[in-house]
Amino acid sequence: MKGEASALKAYGLHVAVIGLLFALSFVLPPYHHGLVARIMVLATFAMGYNLLFGYVGLLSLGHAMFFAAGLYGAGLSVYHLGWSVPLAFAGGIGCGAVLALVIGLLALRTSGVAFMIVTMMFAQVFYLTILYFARWTGGDQGLVVPQGSRVMYLGGASFDLTNPAVRYRVALALFAIVLAVVLVLVRSGFGRVLVAIRENEERTKMLGFDTFANKLAAVIVSGTICAAAGAAYALLFGYVGSSFASVQYSILPLLWVLLGGAATALGPLVGTLAMYYVTDIASSYTSAWLLIVGVMLIVGVLFFPKGVLGTIRQRWLRWLP
Amino acid sequence: MTDSKGYFDLSKNRLSRRTALKGLAAGASLAAAPGFVRYAQAQSSAPIKIGFQSHRTGIGAAYGRWYEKTTAAAVKAINAAGGINGRPVEVVIEDDGTDPGRGAEVVAKFANQHKTDIVFGTLFSHVVIGSAPAAGENKIPYFVVSEGHHVASTKLNRYVFQPGITDVKSQIQAMAPWIASNAGKKVCQIFPDFAFGYDHRDYLPPALKAQGGEVIAQIAIPPTESSFTKYLPQIPAETEVIYHVMVGPAVLTFVKELGEFYGSNRPQLFGFIDSLEAVDINSPGLEFLDGSHFWEGSPRYAQADDSEAQKAYRAAVGIDDNGAAVGDPKDVSTAAHMFGCWETLYVVKKAMEDAGYKGPEDRAKLVEATEALTEFAEGPEHPQGKKIFNGKIHQCFGIQNISKVEGGKLKVVHKTSIEDGLYEPEGDYTTQAL
Repeated sequence: MKGEASALKAYGLHVAVIGLLFALSFVLPPYHHGLVARIMVLATFAMGYNLLFGYVGLLSLGHAMFFAAGLYGAGLSVYHLGWSVPLAFAGGIGCGAVLALVIGLLALRTSGVAFMIVTMMFAQVFYLTILYFARWTGGDQGLVVPQGSRVMYLGGASFDLTNPAVRYRVALALFAIVLAVVLVLVRSGFGRVLVAIRENEERTKMLGFDTFANKLAAVIVSGTICAAAGAAYALLFGYVGSSFASVQYSILPLLWVLLGGAATALGPLVGTLAMYYVTDIASSYTSAWLLIVGVMLIVGVLFFPKGVLGTIRQRWLRWLP
Repeated sequence: MTDSKGYFDLSKNRLSRRTALKGLAAGASLAAAPGFVRYAQAQSSAPIKIGFQSHRTGIGAAYGRWYEKTTAAAVKAINAAGGINGRPVEVVIEDDGTDPGRGAEVVAKFANQHKTDIVFGTLFSHVVIGSAPAAGENKIPYFVVSEGHHVASTKLNRYVFQPGITDVKSQIQAMAPWIASNAGKKVCQIFPDFAFGYDHRDYLPPALKAQGGEVIAQIAIPPTESSFTKYLPQIPAETEVIYHVMVGPAVLTFVKELGEFYGSNRPQLFGFIDSLEAVDINSPGLEFLDGSHFWEGSPRYAQADDSEAQKAYRAAVGIDDNGAAVGDPKDVSTAAHMFGCWETLYVVKKAMEDAGYKGPEDRAKLVEATEALTEFAEGPEHPQGKKIFNGKIHQCFGIQNISKVEGGKLKVVHKTSIEDGLYEPEGDYTTQAL
């Protein structure tokens, strides 16, 4: 009974968050409306990262490549091949899934610091490949996905992704679907095995679980979610560029997750939201805004060592997933 | 006095004279109140707000700082002369972090939060390209000082303009006649292996061929390299001119290693000053550049034949005869590019005045008025020189300077004509809906 009550609370909270984000779309001023749409897409990226880092304990420094695989997979198929939005979105996700499978097969032969370095190296290869094929990718300058191509036709209806209201709702839908998937996954048997691997991989093996297969599945799901976020970013905001494949975009989801709370379903949203707004407000007042962000992270580590939601869960809300 | 739907309807109840007089008196009192005066004049004297997208941090910070100085000087001059349409100009600055993602957010912030009339800035091409969709979606004119070919390529949108600085395709094309006639006909190109280098890789060979010259080798250097010795033997022995466009901190190492490789018997060197913007030409290791030539948009060093307009511009921005900040000789400017901020703001002024611009509701008129511009005469508003403007591709064309390094200074030895840099338009923005 206690478990059921916790589950009800957990699902209720997440539904309430989705409801709040939906309600905000009617009251937010235009700038914040656009910013929150962007944050939801990037929080989805962070949720993908969190699945691997928070629940499996695998610290990747190369997740930008999965985001960029979705970004370029969707963006280039619209730009060069004239694909429709749904097809391009699916293409972007497919690129990320295949890449995650290949990277997972290779990188999971390592662990710990070696895993960090190997993922970072693969991401760097991916980044340089984008630069190398500049004739098609636009190199470091990137490409603009034409405004006219960013219209989604579904069941006889058309949705203009350049329209702020449509963009917000598509971003919210993506965020909500991924949040639900993550929530179900981490509460499932598969999720418990992932946590067991994080806590003690050898013991999990001794219990008869194929830890490599489970970790590979986690890398694929994580990479696919990140690619979905990248594909959505390209189609919603109309730009694909190599900076999204740079090491900076591998570090950012790590910071968002650490700030919000690793291994919490809503932590990535909280972390992304906090970092974005601190950056946005601080950069209006000083060019030393990175210093302020740094101080915030240090304060976060001191007072919320498990991130905001991680610490709240530890101290007060044990049922928080 | 409301109808069944709750709408105000004067016809249902006639106003008495007493009520009307009371209303007039109340209205007059209100209009006389200080707050109302401000409101009543809002349409005529409220500032024109310009959102300045600045590279305050990130790789473009040196450019951003000087772009801000130049912008502040131009705005001061414009306001001292009566502003735009009689309204003062106010600049709101946001840092784009030299990042395309943040750049797009900043453009949206200007349009929706600061509610600026236009957005203005910025240099780095990836930031401009990343920000352009946001400008188009928010329907806010976006005037850039980037020198990239992206605007003229017509791959962006109708709201993006580059009226104050020429684009790199035009610059490269204009260099070819001088290189072939004065430096040599067999050219080896060394460039960074990313988009900035590719512009040079792609545009120089046809331009040089048209002048009877030839690119005999193209050496692309990956951006991760910090030493260049392994690439230098790839330079063909018959090379007459090395055309180099290395950028970033590695340029100092590149020049030093090139000097060690060739010693005193080297081919002619021709480069783009982009490599050395904000870098003292007399820095240790750069001695090898003595006698070599550079493209400059606007000369860094004061020249003997500088126009009065050029002198006034330099004084207003605060750069000395060596192109450094007045009072701080180590603070070298980005003179070859930053003049574009000054000139762009005067283009904005001209276009707003032509459009009778009153506020954001007139942004479409402003776009059309800018597209209708054709020529900017050399003078205080355009100290770098005369320009012509192609409204279909939103790009200006102007003269270029070729300068020689002599005695630790850059001396202009040739000015190209505007015609040297003209090319066929690749599209037409005016066919796009506003």
